[in-house]
Amino acid sequence: MRARVAHIASNTFREAVRDRVLYNLIAFALLLSGAAILVGQVSIDIEKLVVINLGLTAVSLFGVIIAIFIGIGLVSKEIEKRTLYTVLSRPVRRWEFIIGKFFGLAGTLVVNTFFMAIGVFSALFYVSHKFIRADGLILIALYFIVLEFLIVCSLALLFSSFSTPLLSAVFAFSLFVVGCFAEDLRNFAAMAHGVSRGFATGAAYLVPNFSAFNVISSIAHEQPVAAQLILHNTLYALFYAAMALSGAVLIFEYRDLK
Amino acid sequence: MPAIEILGLEKTYRVGFWRRRPKRALHPLHLTVEEGEVFGFLGPNGAGKTTTLKLLMGLVFPSAGSARILGREWTDPQVKAQIGFLPEQPYFYDYLTAHELLEYYGQLSGVPPKQRKRRVEEILHQVGLRDVRGVQLRKFSKGMLQRVGIGQAILHDPRLVFFDEPMSGLDPMGRREVRDLMEQLKHEGKTVFFSTHILSDAEALCDRVGIIHCGELRGVGAIADLTSTVQGKVEVIWQGAQIPASIKALGVECHVTGDTVRAVIAENQQDAAIDALRRDHQRLIAITPVRTSLEAYFVEKLQHAETTAGRIA
Repeated sequence: MRARVAHIASNTFREAVRDRVLYNLIAFALLLSGAAILVGQVSIDIEKLVVINLGLTAVSLFGVIIAIFIGIGLVSKEIEKRTLYTVLSRPVRRWEFIIGKFFGLAGTLVVNTFFMAIGVFSALFYVSHKFIRADGLILIALYFIVLEFLIVCSLALLFSSFSTPLLSAVFAFSLFVVGCFAEDLRNFAAMAHGVSRGFATGAAYLVPNFSAFNVISSIAHEQPVAAQLILHNTLYALFYAAMALSGAVLIFEYRDLK
Repeated sequence: MPAIEILGLEKTYRVGFWRRRPKRALHPLHLTVEEGEVFGFLGPNGAGKTTTLKLLMGLVFPSAGSARILGREWTDPQVKAQIGFLPEQPYFYDYLTAHELLEYYGQLSGVPPKQRKRRVEEILHQVGLRDVRGVQLRKFSKGMLQRVGIGQAILHDPRLVFFDEPMSGLDPMGRREVRDLMEQLKHEGKTVFFSTHILSDAEALCDRVGIIHCGELRGVGAIADLTSTVQGKVEVIWQGAQIPASIKALGVECHVTGDTVRAVIAENQQDAAIDALRRDHQRLIAITPVRTSLEAYFVEKLQHAETTAGRIA
């Protein structure tokens, strides 16, 4: 069982690599090195702040785009191209396929993030010529970004399990944008009255709260992150991804592959 | 123990915007295929052949009915380790090479690493792809993909193989090779269930066939039984460029090809014809009863189905 999930995950990773998904690293490297050089020339004393902000935001955006655009095709493309037929006619359970796909995509994003993190630290070293202890906080921001990717991957897979790639992309991206403003939505729900309060509260807690994962700005200002937040975000991301994956599995288990 | 036992499997899709309109793709199907048999599932395009195979593979879910494969419930994952499947017009992960694809499928089928390595090499050799083992599948022709498809279906040495239109897209040489392969599988004692609309393939390979049309099974039987309906006529072939007057007197239509003459006569005229040929010192080559061809049987079943449907309408 675990072996089959691992084989499917490794094949998904191989597909991403062979389809040149990791080429985005080149664009990322160009963006970051260009920004570092430019910032070094035009800003005084805030070079580091700008590089951390820009670098981590780029890591997050590049990853989310990859997660959505690969994730939405993970199931639907396999159905459309009928590659799934020869997989599911083997002793592979449908849930193993979904979980394998999830881990494959998550693995791709972790590797991608690892290389982008090297880019961020290189750019940081270029502008500040040294590392200080507070720079280690960047690792926490990167960890939160990876947790964010897990949620996005699971959502993309969920939509991919019943919808077309185009609609899945729209759903996943919309949910990502709304999730970035989840705190505002919760504040609005607290202020609302009557039916709209119930509706807004429900929506606020249903959408993924990505704003809780965004610690880029505070880390750029060398503010520490509470251990409680790390634990909370970890549990929240794992729970949310597990729920979305369960939904994907449940839908896919009963889906006719016409 | 039958290799396949289909017990009233049926499938109705819901179509239309609100998915309320039912569309029956397969009427309750009852069918048994014995172990070691080569069974041909015949029918025109859209008859329900692929739906049946997809139901048996667990790719679509039945509206009613069940099936047993190799003595177990068809949904049992253990069954799938013992079956191979080639879908119609297969498409594979085109970023993989033939070797990588077979390796991957071997992993999914649970073939142990040592055995897998050996089997992959054997299969690449068997389907004639050893020289292109390292080429990505995106560079493969349709025929080569079909070979990969056949290879992946038999890679894990299954007891039962399902082929959906295995000859589709193959040139005459490719078709011949697939036929040979199927004969080899039969020789190895495997059960082969294949769908096709090419009747000559079925006639050449199958022990038994089933004919399906508009989602309904119209007839099942051994090829020999289906084609054994003697129409009360015999075919007489003899050597000679001329037609003896005594044969002409029987009112028989004769066809001359080179120095061979072929005539189809009524069974009760057989002795008179032989006597006439002896008298004229003609060399008799063959006398064979005229049998209904599989094609004639197939067309008759389809026409009968259409007539019945027309009457009901």
